[in-house]
Amino acid sequence: MTQTDLVRSELESLVETIDVKTHFKTPRGIARAVDGVSIQIRRGQSLGVVGESGSGKTVLSRSIMGLLPRNGVIREGSVRYRGQEIGNCSDKEMQSIWGREMAMIFQDPMTSLNPVMKVGKQISESLRKNLGMSANEALAVAEKLLHDVRIPEPARRLNQYPHELSGGMRQRVMIAIAMACGPNMLFADEPTTALDVTVQAQILELLSEQKRDRNMSLLLVTHNLGVVAGYTDEIAVMYGGKVVEKAPTKTLFANTKMPYTEALLSSIPRLDQPSHSRLTTIPGRPPDLVNPPKGCRFAPRCAYVRDLCLNEEPELEQADSPDHTYRCFYPVGSPEYLERRVELTRKGELVASEGSN
Amino acid sequence: MAGTGKAHLRDDQNVLLRVEDLVVEFPIGRTGLKVNAVSGISFDVLKGETLGIVGESGCGKSTTGRAIMQLPSPTSGSIMFDGTELTTLSGEAMREARTKIQMIFQDPISSLNPRRNVRDIVLEPLSIWKRGTTAEQLAAVDKILEHVGIDPQRAAESKPHQFSGGQCQRISIARSLVLNPQMIICDEPVSALDVSVQAQVVNLLEDLKKQFELTLVFIAHDLAVVKNISDRIAVMYLGKICEVSSSDDLYRNPAHPYTDVLLSSIPVPDPTVAVKKVVVDGEPPSPVSPPAGCRFNPRCPNASDRCRSEEPTLREIEPDHFVACHHPLTGGEAPVSVHFK
Repeated sequence: MTQTDLVRSELESLVETIDVKTHFKTPRGIARAVDGVSIQIRRGQSLGVVGESGSGKTVLSRSIMGLLPRNGVIREGSVRYRGQEIGNCSDKEMQSIWGREMAMIFQDPMTSLNPVMKVGKQISESLRKNLGMSANEALAVAEKLLHDVRIPEPARRLNQYPHELSGGMRQRVMIAIAMACGPNMLFADEPTTALDVTVQAQILELLSEQKRDRNMSLLLVTHNLGVVAGYTDEIAVMYGGKVVEKAPTKTLFANTKMPYTEALLSSIPRLDQPSHSRLTTIPGRPPDLVNPPKGCRFAPRCAYVRDLCLNEEPELEQADSPDHTYRCFYPVGSPEYLERRVELTRKGELVASEGSN
Repeated sequence: MAGTGKAHLRDDQNVLLRVEDLVVEFPIGRTGLKVNAVSGISFDVLKGETLGIVGESGCGKSTTGRAIMQLPSPTSGSIMFDGTELTTLSGEAMREARTKIQMIFQDPISSLNPRRNVRDIVLEPLSIWKRGTTAEQLAAVDKILEHVGIDPQRAAESKPHQFSGGQCQRISIARSLVLNPQMIICDEPVSALDVSVQAQVVNLLEDLKKQFELTLVFIAHDLAVVKNISDRIAVMYLGKICEVSSSDDLYRNPAHPYTDVLLSSIPVPDPTVAVKKVVVDGEPPSPVSPPAGCRFNPRCPNASDRCRSEEPTLREIEPDHFVACHHPLTGGEAPVSVHFK
């Protein structure tokens, strides 16, 4: 690969998935956790993957990183990293990618850290293994990393165990571990869900700062659209194993097409609404991934559902702006949508969303 | 000692719960040290009102909720519930009093017994207190399950693991309602749920509150949720109350710098709103040795020498809006009191 080729490929995409499917064999049948997802992440860009529990967002990030068990998993489609196929790599081949090229931060910082190993050792482990540092070199780098993630008294922390740290500090240690070998691609799976709001804001700030300083790409998995709004360039909304809407962050919020995205947005309690205002809910539950509904997977819960939605599955449509795609027959703003909306408002079923729009 | 003050307590016939100078301390082994979980807080809740208690982990909000239930009994202070002083009740009398105050916990799945079917879980309070005949009890259970949106037929056949997190929380709510309590203490009831489900549970609590004429104490760390459901909010920090106000007023006009921090940390679901720079760093200090003066002073952007030595008392800065701060964001400086220790 020549220098110009390299530059071009980085402009194009660092990570690309084409029609990735990850299905699990379960006693009840095959669960289609991820069912044909194509996304691209460019260098230095951040993508938010949003959805409810069971939408496949976590499985997607693990599929890209190759962190799923071999047994009982059916994998299809292609995962490319810098243009090279890594979807079929063995764990051994992936070891050169894990840590140095891609790293992951998990949701629960308590269970993801080893409780009987000192923090310093946990951070220096990958430095020694991947970069061949000596124990002392690695500890020195670990101290610098702890300093970078703003842990007070980093030298003392190296000799502490995870239980001696608070939840926010443990998450910072996780970030330090993920950053240790300077990855180009960072996956953060609900990195702030277990944390207080004040600490959440600090951690998100830290992640976007690290992303900027290291020109790293970030895939942020979360169920909270509020979290991704301020910290991502692009958002993919997942439902029932599929991406149902994808757009640059500003476009997604300003020009929402998919009723599911709209429903997710309006169910967030907002500070600018008076108290006791009725929250918009999404009735029902996410679909059964073993027997997903025929047609649009969101149709059974959608307020704007019509016969066509129940029988045919919508293809990915292109919205007005080039990077904006969605899966819906009657998107927000279409005549059928508006007609139904008038009916719903008359029946008084749309209350809170009126105020927010 | 400058206390947290009681200026905000109301002299009203309708006060259902009145907590005064509540202190909860936990000794640490034989070290002689103690965790100051709650350090002298006072608040009241009127009949039919929802009081929200917000704060970060470790601020003592859950401990406060549990202290009301005498789980465990507080170190000192008074808890008057519907004319009865709960702290001095005997074990048996307290057991009876707890039928009127029920609690809902954060993790809906682990707060239900995994080996029993759901109908039995909801029925248990009735059978313990021998309320009515078995047929009447079953009818009451089915009715309450329908109220919370759980199919009674399915409940009779299923165990908790067969329900989703949101449904388990509905079951917990049904269990707490079955004895017809006057008050429910909700300890982070929606923080483990997806946003869409969270909205369902919040709406459900609002509906049930009206139907059953309940009084709620709603404990959570997410100010957006608390604001939506509460009439009045108490903001807690490290075992103390910083600010008490009606919920709309608190959002419009936060007076305590800590309230402002909490409000500005909430991510706004709108990319055109610039992300606010985090104004405080770090996390609350250890409640084993809380800082002198105002407990927020080490993290406060406006801290002065006075904040480091003199503890602020709650005072009214506008009608029904109380703040414990020397230099609040609105309402002017606290008058310097002639005060010697």
